[in-house]
Amino acid sequence: MTAAEPETPRTASSRAKDHSPWNWLLFIPIVVPLIPVFFNADSPRLFGFPRFYWLQLVWILLGVATTTLVYQMTKKRGDH
Amino acid sequence: MWRDHLTEIIVFSALFLLVSGMGFVAARWRAPKDMAHLDEWGLGGRSFGGWITWFLVGGDLYTAYTFVAVPALMFGAGAAGFFAVPYTIVIYPLVFLVLCRLWSVSHRHGFVTPADFVRRRFDSPVLALLIAITGIVATMPYIALQLVGIEAVLKTMGVTGDSAVARHLPIIIAFAILAAYTYQSGLRAPALIAFVKDTLIYIVILVAVIYLPYKLGGWGSIFDAADAKFAASPNPNDGILLNANNQLQYVTLAFGSALALFLYPHSITGVLASRNRDVIKRNMSALPAYSLLLGLIALLGFMAIAAGVKPLPGAKEGTVDSNTVVPVLFDQQFPDWFAGVAYAAIGIGALVPAAIMSIAAANLFTRNIYKEYLKRDASPAQEANVSKITSLVVKVGAVACIVFLDPQFSIDLQLIGGVIILQTLPAVALGLYTRWFHRGALIAGWVAGMGLGMWMLYQIPNPASKRAHFGGSAFPLSEFGFDTKKTIYVGIVAVLVNLVVAALVTLALRAAKVAEGVDGTTPDDYFADEGDPRVTPGPDRDADSAREPVA
Repeated sequence: MTAAEPETPRTASSRAKDHSPWNWLLFIPIVVPLIPVFFNADSPRLFGFPRFYWLQLVWILLGVATTTLVYQMTKKRGDH
Repeated sequence: MWRDHLTEIIVFSALFLLVSGMGFVAARWRAPKDMAHLDEWGLGGRSFGGWITWFLVGGDLYTAYTFVAVPALMFGAGAAGFFAVPYTIVIYPLVFLVLCRLWSVSHRHGFVTPADFVRRRFDSPVLALLIAITGIVATMPYIALQLVGIEAVLKTMGVTGDSAVARHLPIIIAFAILAAYTYQSGLRAPALIAFVKDTLIYIVILVAVIYLPYKLGGWGSIFDAADAKFAASPNPNDGILLNANNQLQYVTLAFGSALALFLYPHSITGVLASRNRDVIKRNMSALPAYSLLLGLIALLGFMAIAAGVKPLPGAKEGTVDSNTVVPVLFDQQFPDWFAGVAYAAIGIGALVPAAIMSIAAANLFTRNIYKEYLKRDASPAQEANVSKITSLVVKVGAVACIVFLDPQFSIDLQLIGGVIILQTLPAVALGLYTRWFHRGALIAGWVAGMGLGMWMLYQIPNPASKRAHFGGSAFPLSEFGFDTKKTIYVGIVAVLVNLVVAALVTLALRAAKVAEGVDGTTPDDYFADEGDPRVTPGPDRDADSAREPVA
């Protein structure tokens, strides 16, 4: 039982990281690409692409931006 | 005839031989002290950094079959085929935190497969066996499908024969080479080959999306050509946009496929091979580059419509093999040598996932069947050996599926595979967060979800191919008594029922005070990182990794 004690401070801090409020942002790129009302239309066209196609490709950027932001904001600081 | 395609065949063969050579050399790449350990052969020493993981997991998830089948679906059905894009967008934020927990607990306990985790977490060999069998059954047809990708290319190059064996000889040779270097080099082989494969694919697709629209009169006219084709077809559910009846199917298929993808054993193998949590998180931001690629590849289906591509005839009289749409497009539009490069990209693209999948299936057999039921005290060297041999057996099985059975059978099985692998979600993915579910209830939920999923798939006809059963994954809600023409993805319904049953049976078993077993993991295990002490030590890894510079 006592052997686990030295680990306690590290545990507390890393658990706080996993429960960061920034993680809630991850719901945006999960929910938004699954709402057809946003993208299921032809106009406006962009470079000849109907909205259905270009907007869904733009959601990729939304996903990348969100995961990158969350990663940067929840990165462990100082200990490596 | 094949003589017309000589340049293509030469370029294809040269690139194919190059990567085969790399596969054998890979055993010496980042060589371990002791290859006779499952961590080394099956997980590349759990040491891959950001770049290798990016190529490996990218090459693993975005398979040759995807590159052939998604544009084929776009060619045939239009917008519905584009589900692959939202599917591969929502996956990464969805698993961003989940995979880190899985990596940590596996690192600490030396888990190689998802079933290893379930075994320790829920203290239930039966549940672990179910997870392992589900994984193997879902993976096998996926390997066979990679052969369908190669076959589409060979067919377009005119490499065919009269008898079944002659027709499949190139594939048998290709898979024999693949089996030999996977046996020797383990996960290091696909990791190294993935660099070549993905580089080729990126080049081919960048050229295709710039050059082909230029030749075909611009993107606008490509979409207009597709629109005209679907407007003329009698099928009410095709078109360049979704209609009121297939939107629910589109969204649930994208979401359900995303939930399923990282439950597949081969995805988990790729993730567990990475060095630390940081590598995984950074890859969740970097892997969507492949989604962009996939979106552009999907549009090749529309380019094929604009270019007036006619797919080659299928195995049976009067049918067409829609998987040849993209190879035929390349053959018509590109110079021969570049078409050869494109074909090599698809062919090599089949080898990487096929190798990883066979390794993942072999690891499941070794850890969760052989070690659990046949030889409890197997040494790490024996485990590695059994896994190597099993990977050979798995590949022979995949080739046999393609040579002796209708390829349609593999395609059906893969459709089923997505639905059944989803039934491991409560035990594996939710199990990483909570042990609230009772082990007996998880088994009951698995049985319920599996049974319902199979029944629903059996009910779905396919009017296009005139099949009465297993015709697709879009289940008409009217079968449940709703007054609507809407359809929904089978997997989502099955996994929801699975969860409800698991929850209800948990309450019942807990009320009846049925023993729950002992959780072998601690909350702290789910946050462990590189350098933290391991409960089950690996093969001299700690000395090894200490040598690497700390960047």
